[in-house]
Amino acid sequence: MQEAKNLKEYRQEMQESLDNNFLRQALDTFAVAYRAGRARAFSEFEVDRLVTDVADAKDAVLSQLNELFLQFKKNAEVAGVKVHFAKDAAEANALIVGIAKETGSKKIIKSKSMTAEETLLNHALEDQGLVVTETDLGEWIIQLRHEGPSHMVMPAIHLSRYQVGDLFTDVTGAKQEPDIEKLVKVARRELRSKFVEADMGITGANFAIADTGTIGLVTNEGNARLVTTLPRVHVALMGIDKLVPSLKDALKILKVLPRNATGQNITSYVTWITGANECLSAAGKKKEIHFIVLDNGRLEMAKDPLFSQVFRCVRCGACANVCPVYRLVGGHKMGHIYIGAIGLILTYFFHGPEKAKNIVQNCINCEACKDICAGGIDLPRLIKQVHVRIQDQAGHPLPSLLLGQVMKNRKLFHTLLRTAKWAQKPVAGNDGFMRHLPMIFFKEHDFKALPTVAEKPFRDRFPELPQPIAKPRLRVGLFSGCVQDFVYPEQMEAAFQLFAENQVAMSFPMAQSCCGLPLQMMGEAKTSRDVALQNVRAFEKENVDYIVTLCASCASHLKHNYPVLLADDPKILEKTTAFTAKVVDFSTFAHDILGLTAENFLGDGKRATFHSPCHLCRGLGVHEAPRELIRAAGLDYQEAEESEVCCGFGGTFSAKFPELSAALLNKKLDNVEKTGAEILLTDCPGCVMQLKGGLQKRGSKIIVQHTAEALTARLKKEK
Amino acid sequence: MTDNKDRQNALSSRFSEKAKAVSAFVSEVPTFEAALAYCLDLCGRRGACRIRISGCDEQLSPPTDSLCEMKQEKIVAAPGLDPAQYAKLQDACAVSGFTCIKSGMREHLSGVDIGFTIANLAIAETGTLVINCPGEELRLATMLSEYHVCVVYRSTIVEDAFAAEQHLLKYLHKTPDYTAFITGASRTADIERVLALGVHGPLELHILLLED
Repeated sequence: MQEAKNLKEYRQEMQESLDNNFLRQALDTFAVAYRAGRARAFSEFEVDRLVTDVADAKDAVLSQLNELFLQFKKNAEVAGVKVHFAKDAAEANALIVGIAKETGSKKIIKSKSMTAEETLLNHALEDQGLVVTETDLGEWIIQLRHEGPSHMVMPAIHLSRYQVGDLFTDVTGAKQEPDIEKLVKVARRELRSKFVEADMGITGANFAIADTGTIGLVTNEGNARLVTTLPRVHVALMGIDKLVPSLKDALKILKVLPRNATGQNITSYVTWITGANECLSAAGKKKEIHFIVLDNGRLEMAKDPLFSQVFRCVRCGACANVCPVYRLVGGHKMGHIYIGAIGLILTYFFHGPEKAKNIVQNCINCEACKDICAGGIDLPRLIKQVHVRIQDQAGHPLPSLLLGQVMKNRKLFHTLLRTAKWAQKPVAGNDGFMRHLPMIFFKEHDFKALPTVAEKPFRDRFPELPQPIAKPRLRVGLFSGCVQDFVYPEQMEAAFQLFAENQVAMSFPMAQSCCGLPLQMMGEAKTSRDVALQNVRAFEKENVDYIVTLCASCASHLKHNYPVLLADDPKILEKTTAFTAKVVDFSTFAHDILGLTAENFLGDGKRATFHSPCHLCRGLGVHEAPRELIRAAGLDYQEAEESEVCCGFGGTFSAKFPELSAALLNKKLDNVEKTGAEILLTDCPGCVMQLKGGLQKRGSKIIVQHTAEALTARLKKEK
Repeated sequence: MTDNKDRQNALSSRFSEKAKAVSAFVSEVPTFEAALAYCLDLCGRRGACRIRISGCDEQLSPPTDSLCEMKQEKIVAAPGLDPAQYAKLQDACAVSGFTCIKSGMREHLSGVDIGFTIANLAIAETGTLVINCPGEELRLATMLSEYHVCVVYRSTIVEDAFAAEQHLLKYLHKTPDYTAFITGASRTADIERVLALGVHGPLELHILLLED
């Protein structure tokens, strides 16, 4: 459970996780194994279609939530179940305490429920002197340790067999060996005796089917079946988001949920309970069953045009499984009770801005979660939006506010960048990196060498570059983004030369500014919109076929976020749509549109590898184009392990969380070095900055370039 | 007719492939009697039935240890069989010296050795058994048994859960109802993500495919 008071405390807590070697290794192995297992589980299916089925089924619920609840209640009650509505956690807990008292229940067994974690139900029950035992193995372990879950599906993933062995030694009063098979058997027997004694069983629910008044439980261990069978009272606590109209909808979700969660085709058990079942130990041989349907912020979410998509979440935990930050710090730091990407969002709605304010900043915006989500939720966008809301409510921090003020005014921003060229003189080396950084300001940033600002930005060089004179094949507008304009203008020049050789005429509208992504990342929504409009206007008069950018992050932001940012005015939206339709990233343009092949290049057979920027592979769905270009250029291409995992740059993320950025970078560079490549290529200047800085610090000889530079250097000149 | 036969064969082999992939033991049996023989053989010769059941040899807390002592017989539970089927099983158990029960599962909460059941349906796509068990005895037999042996009539295998939907709805509408999808043995990966079978439910699932 993450409860740091401020960002500084939060960073200290994360450092503890980074120093926990067991956790790091466990999560690393898991991240790799998960991807393979999931791919196998979906191999017979079209994943996108299954995800759309889930999204459509859940979206259809939103407009009829109240009717579905009433229908569910009616059908369940006809079958002998009592259905309650709880508006918040306290009300839900009070209802359950009341049921325990009325039924004279003293001993309670539970199967895993995230909703019960959300309401802190165990505390409420124990405060009343009730004895509560979790029976899911992982949940029991963390209950005994007085911890919260560190993963939605595997709550004790942060613990080793040794820690569990010690814990079970305490529980049984007998020495236990750190042998997983044996420990599981000990739990089987110890918990069996709890099942035998229990008066009441508490579960969650994965589905609440309105048509039949049925609940569905998706489990592996078999404890939920015992919890719902042995005790004479059963209480199921579920969020109102679990309502679905029909069994068919539940089956659609069931097709995706286990595959996405653990790479299983289905869990060992799926249990469908309708009505007050036979219970031979109860009076009248009927079990007493209560369903408690919880709001706790969900109804507010359902009404929100942006956040209503959170209802699509089926709690599979996949967003944590692929999150590079989760992989570094684990669930206790990457969430409050709900963890991973969805946790950052749910925390705000269920537990309030105070609990969400730090963790919500811990998104590197790599979009791995969005790519894997079982319901197709745009998680990174929602996380940023939570950040915006918190800043708008609680006030914007000074650096964020200053950035906003500066960026709003392009001339001021660019003047500052030009001035930086002079300001850096005393610390700039002659190799393009800063020397002797004043460490008092930058001590955590020491993991990478920082680049200097270029002598002359691309915008000043552009007018001097020779345009092709012959009839151009295509007309292209160049969007440079700040980093290439002011730090790496040589990347732009390389692309310029490559395009010019291929009879592409180019323009560079001087009014273009930062794409605005850093502002978005800082939660500065208003300035982010202002800057977007400025850029759309800058290209409005240009007669071009394409707008090419060498920065994957800019490209993805221009293409996907501008239409959202500028959606409020139909006229502007029309211009924006025309603008975004033309935006294309470098590799797609060079490969798919210019059609460059081996015939265009003279190769030298040097070994090269590629780092796939997050916003290229996931943001734009481009995977093969850059790799094929590298092979076409006559380089010996070697794929690196985890080439599509984030390098740790994440724009402003690396400034805010340098320790995490450094850890991600190290992993990336280890994988790069393993390929034996001499050249590391990528399609994003931010990634270049991160990778180059890291390799320089390591004293490595690997050359880092934008793909454009490597291609241009090997261009066959036919004149 | 042949088409139907081919389809049934295809479903059957897909079902067993998927069930085996989650560590279920799948065998074909020619007759119901052969299914009973399999169960008895598993109980006796293959050692599934024992007085001390799994976990009871570990170091346990005193109350848990005393629960282990409750079990003093080798027990086969089969609450779901019709009287004729049950009589056959009972006779066979008597010959081998095993206790055969069809009710009173709550007197055996420590566990029984074998739960013998017949699936209502089976789902090929995931290797899943569907057992409709509103009655508590049958439900407990599938939960408290160390080994679950389940007969699947080949004609009851359907392609996927959607193909079972109408059938399932019949159960769900006839309240109260408790319907279970069972796929493989009970499992956990909660300690270090290492797969362990048999955490709260059966340690092994044996599926017997029967022509009908």
